[in-house]
Amino acid sequence: MRLESVTQLEELRNRLLSERDPSKNTIFVCGGTGCLSNGSALVAEAFRDEISAQNIDASVELKMTGCHGFCERGPLVVFRPQGIFYQKVTVKSVPEIVKKTIIEKTHHEQYLYKDPNTKESVTHEADIPFYKHQVRWVLGHNGKIDPTNIDGYILENGYSALSKVLTTMQPDEIIDQIEKSGLRGRGGGGFLTGRKWRTTKKAEGEVRYIICNGDEGDPGAFMDRSIMEGDPHGVIEGMIIGAYAIGSSKGYIYVRMEYPLAVKNLLKAIEDARAYGLLGKNILGTPLSFDIEINRGGGAFVCGESSALMTSIMGKAGEPRAKYIHTSEKGLWDMPTNLNNVETWANVPLIISNGPDWFSSVGTQNSKGTKVFSLVGSVKNVGLVEVPMGLTLREIIFDIGGGIIKDRKFKAVQTGGPSGGCIPEQYLDIPVDFDELSKLGSMMGSGGMIVMDENTCMVDVARYFINFLVDESCGKCTPCREGLRQMLTILTRITKGEGRAEDIKILEDLGDGMIWGSLCALGGSAPNPVLTTIQYFRNEYEAHIEKKQCPAGVCTELISLSINPDACIGCRRCAKVCSVSAIAGENKKPHVIDQKLCIRCRACYEVCPVDAVIIT
Amino acid sequence: MEIPMTIDFSKVDQIVQKYEHNASKVILMLQDIQTEFRYIPQEAVTRLSENLRISESQIFHIATFYKAFSLTPRGEHEVRVCLGTACHIRGGKRISDGFERSLNLKAGETTPDAKFTLETVNCLGACALAPLVQVDEENYGKMTIEKIETVLKQYRK
Repeated sequence: MRLESVTQLEELRNRLLSERDPSKNTIFVCGGTGCLSNGSALVAEAFRDEISAQNIDASVELKMTGCHGFCERGPLVVFRPQGIFYQKVTVKSVPEIVKKTIIEKTHHEQYLYKDPNTKESVTHEADIPFYKHQVRWVLGHNGKIDPTNIDGYILENGYSALSKVLTTMQPDEIIDQIEKSGLRGRGGGGFLTGRKWRTTKKAEGEVRYIICNGDEGDPGAFMDRSIMEGDPHGVIEGMIIGAYAIGSSKGYIYVRMEYPLAVKNLLKAIEDARAYGLLGKNILGTPLSFDIEINRGGGAFVCGESSALMTSIMGKAGEPRAKYIHTSEKGLWDMPTNLNNVETWANVPLIISNGPDWFSSVGTQNSKGTKVFSLVGSVKNVGLVEVPMGLTLREIIFDIGGGIIKDRKFKAVQTGGPSGGCIPEQYLDIPVDFDELSKLGSMMGSGGMIVMDENTCMVDVARYFINFLVDESCGKCTPCREGLRQMLTILTRITKGEGRAEDIKILEDLGDGMIWGSLCALGGSAPNPVLTTIQYFRNEYEAHIEKKQCPAGVCTELISLSINPDACIGCRRCAKVCSVSAIAGENKKPHVIDQKLCIRCRACYEVCPVDAVIIT
Repeated sequence: MEIPMTIDFSKVDQIVQKYEHNASKVILMLQDIQTEFRYIPQEAVTRLSENLRISESQIFHIATFYKAFSLTPRGEHEVRVCLGTACHIRGGKRISDGFERSLNLKAGETTPDAKFTLETVNCLGACALAPLVQVDEENYGKMTIEKIETVLKQYRK
C-alpha cells in the first residue's frame, strides 16, 4: 500500500494505534548479536511453542527485537506492559517463566537480575543499575520494536519527523535546527553536522549525494551495528530528512561485510519504506524524490575514512585522498556529498521531533546530546550503553559497568579505536565529551570503550594497535606505511626484552613525523596509542627495556610459569590442555612445569581452578 | 572437500548481468564470485575483465586490497578468530595460537584436506562475547583453550 500523502501516513498511524491493545502481553526477546550467540533464537522459538501449547495466542504476542544492550546477561527477555526483565533465559526455563508471569501474574525469581552488591533481585529493567544511569534516546527503539516490521516503527512515532518537515519546514529551517541543536558527528571527527549539511547544500553540482557510514571498523565498537540491526528505519528516516534539507535524490549506506544481519534488516526496511512510498519518487505525494542503495564493504578498515569509503562505493580499491578536497564540494563522482555516521543519522529524527533545545539541554558546553558507547574488556557489565555527554568515565565504568571483573585493579580505558589512546586512572573523573578526551591525547572516536585491568600490558596494547594498523594502512603515503612498520619493529623488540635505551625517544619522533606527514586521519592519528601509553605508562616501557620485565605478566618472552605446590590440587586439568606436554605430575599430587618445554601459552594459567599457576 | 576441476564460468556472466554490466559495482560482483566459488579464480577475473571492459590488473588491485577476497580456494569451513581489542585483552591471541596448534597450520592457511581455513580478523563487532571465534556463520563466545577441540569436532565430520 503506497501512502500518497502525509495525511495518509497519519491515518495509518492512527489506525495502527487504535488496533493496538495496550494491555496485551508482549514478550520481547533480544535478537542482538550477543544474545543470538547465546541462543536467543531458540529461546524465542520455545516461547512461541509455549504460547501455542497454553492456547494463549490471542492475549500474548512475541517480538524479536534489536540489541537491548546488556549483553553480559543474555539472552534477555522483557515482558511488557509489566516491565519484567529476565536475564540468562534458557530454553528449559521458558514454560515456567510463562506460567509464573502470564498465568499466575507474578514473576520467576530465579531469572531476575540480582544486584551483586545488595544481593537483592530487581524486577524492572529501569531499576537495574546498568540501565538506571543511561539516557536511551538513539537506542530508544532497540528492545521495543521488531526491526523487520515497519508498522512497529510507525506505531512508535516513526516517520513523524518526516511528516513534520514535509508539512511545516523549509530545507533551510531543518539545517538551522540541526545546527542549533549542536549535533556533532558521532563517527569520530565530531564536526558540526548542521554546518556540514549547509556546505553541501551550497556547493555547486548537478546532483548531491548523501552517505551513511556504517563501516564501523574500530575494534571494540559495535554501536552502529546494533542501531542498523535494531532500528534501521531510524537511520533511513534521518537520511530522508537530510536528503530533503540538502537537496539530494540518492543516498548510500556503506555497511562493513562483517555485519550481514545489518544488511539484511536494512534491505528489508528499504523495501518496506519503498512500498509505503517513503522512499522513491514523490515521497508521500510531495515533490521530494530520494532512494537509498546498500553497499557491502570488502573488509578494509581504511574504508571507514570518508574519501576511501567513497572510492570504494565507486568500485575501486579504497585508498584515501588528501583532505584539502572537501567531500561536501567534491565527493562521489566529484559531486557535492554529505557523509555522516549511522548514529548521527539516527539522531536527526529525534532532534526534528523534539526540537533543538530539547537536544541541547543534555550534554556539555560543546558536546550536546547523548553518546552510545560499547563498554567492553575487563568490565563486569559488558554491553552497549547510551549516556548523556559529560558523564564521567568513573560513572560509566563503575556505576553502569559495575567495576572491573574479579574486582581487579583498574589500569586504563581505551577510547577512540586505533586512533585513540589509553586513559589512566587519574583521569577517571573527567567528563566524557569530544574536547576532554582530545585534551588527554585520546579521542571520542565512534564510541568503543575498552576497559583494561592490571593484567593488561600497555606496551603489548600499543604493539597490538600498531600491528592492526600495519595490516590496515592502505600503503599510499610513506609516513603512515613506513612509520607504522618501524614502530612495530621497535615495539616488538621491546616486548621481547630486546629494547634499547633510545627506543622510547625514537617512537616519539616517529609519531611526530606521522602526525604531520600522513595523508589521511588513519595515519595522522595512528601514533596515538603509542604516544598515550608512553605518556601515561612510561614506567612499563622502562621495565621492559631496562629490567627485561613485563610487570603485567603478558609478554611471552619475559615471563615464566610455575605451579605453587601448596595450592595445586593435582586435578590434571592443566596437563590436559598443555599442547607441548610440559606438565608432569600424578593425580592428586602437585604438578610441575618443565621450563625447557614450556612455550608460555598460559593455557594452564587459564584453566587452573585454584589459581595455583603463577606468572613471574 | 574437492575443488571442482571444471568451473562453470557462465555464473560470472550471470553475476555481471545482475549488476547490469555496471563497472562501478565490480566490488559487489567480486563478492558474489567469492561466495559462489569460495575464492576468486584467475579465469573469473579474465571473464570479468572482458565483460566489463576494465583491465585485469585493475580487478586484481581490488581483489588483493580487500580482505573479503581470496585468490586461493578456501576450506570448507572458515574459522575466524577475532583479535579485536576486547578479544585481544581477554586472550584472543592465545586462542588463535591454540587453533594453529590444533589444526597444525598458520593463520591464513588451509588444511591439506581443504576442511578448514584459519583466519584472524580484526573485529567481528560482538565484543561482549570476547574472546570470540566464528566458524562459518556460527559465533562461539567466551572461548577458552579447552573448548577448541569441542568446537572443531562439530565440523570435522
